Amino acid sequence: MKLISVKQLRLSLKKNKLKFSVTVTLKKDVLDPQGKVVQNTLQNLGMDSLKSVRQGKYFELEVNDNNQTQAEKKVDDMCKKLLANLIIEDYKINKI
Amino acid sequence: MNSSVIVFPGSNCDRDIAVALEKMQFKNQMVWHKETKLPKSDLIVVPGGFSYGDYLRSGAIAGKSLIINEVIKAANEGCLVLGICNGFQILTETGLLKGALLRNKNLKFINKDINIKVINNDTKFSNKYKKDQILKINIAHNEGNYITNPNHLKELINENLIAFKYCDKDGKINESCNPNGSVENIAGIFNSKKNILGMMPHPERMVDNLISNTDGVNLFSSLLK
Repeated sequence: MKLISVKQLRLSLKKNKLKFSVTVTLKKDVLDPQGKVVQNTLQNLGMDSLKSVRQGKYFELEVNDNNQTQAEKKVDDMCKKLLANLIIEDYKINKI
Repeated sequence: MNSSVIVFPGSNCDRDIAVALEKMQFKNQMVWHKETKLPKSDLIVVPGGFSYGDYLRSGAIAGKSLIINEVIKAANEGCLVLGICNGFQILTETGLLKGALLRNKNLKFINKDINIKVINNDTKFSNKYKKDQILKINIAHNEGNYITNPNHLKELINENLIAFKYCDKDGKINESCNPNGSVENIAGIFNSKKNILGMMPHPERMVDNLISNTDGVNLFSSLLK
C-alpha cells in the first residue's frame, strides 16, 4: 500500500476540486413580493436612488473534477435538476 | 378501493387524509417516502404539510424522493393521483402537473375557510358535485399562488382542466376573493388525462360536521363511483 502524508492528500484533493457559485432568482416576469417589500423598506429609509430589488438564492458548490468545462456542465445539470425551478426561476453559474 | 398515502418527513396532513379515506371505506395504506414499491393502489394521495421543512422550495426535495418515481410511473399508467396543498406543490415539482406555486401575494401564511367553485364536475374526482357548486373549504398555506405559462393557461381553460376556483360566498369570481394571487383564481387543476388532481384547499378537513362541515365528502365519494 502506498503511504501518503495528510499534507499530500490535502494538496491532491485541492487540485481536483473546483468551486462554483450559483445564483437563482425569480424570472423577470414573475412577481417577487419579497424583493418588493425589501425595495419599499429601503426606499422608506431614504435610499431614493434605488430602482428595484429582486431577491434570490445563493449556493456554493465544490465539484471533484479538475476539468472546468466538464465540472461546469455538471453544475448546470444540478441547476436544471434541482437547484432552480425553470418554470419560475433563472440561474447563473460563476467560477469562484 | 385501495388507496396509498405517501408520507414524507414533515408531512402533517397524512393522518387526516387517512381518517377521511377510511371513513369513506377506502382500504388505505401509509407509504414511507423511502419505499421503492407502491402497494396495489387505485388512488395515491400526496398529502399536505411541510415536506423536508420546505427546504429549497416547497415540494422540491420530496419531488425527487425515492417513492416519487413509483408515483410518476403509476400516474403515467393511469392511476388516480390526488395532491393536496404541499402535495400539489410536490406534483408540480415532479412535472406531473404543469405550472408552479409561488409565495402568496400578500406574503402571509393563510389559514382560513374560504369558498371555492366547482368548475369541472365531469371527472373521477368531482362527479358527485354539481357544476358551479360553491364549497366552503379550509386553506392553510404560504405558497399557493399558482402560476403557469400563457399556453398552458389557455389549455387549462379550453380543455376544462380547472377543477376549482376561489370565489365569494355568492359564487362571484374576482380579485377580492383571491386569497393568494393565483392566476384566474385557480385553486385546483387536472392534468390533461384528468387522472391527477392538485389542489390547495383541504377537502380532508371537511368530512365531519363535528369539526367543520362535509363539503369535502363528495370528492372522496366521487372516487368510489
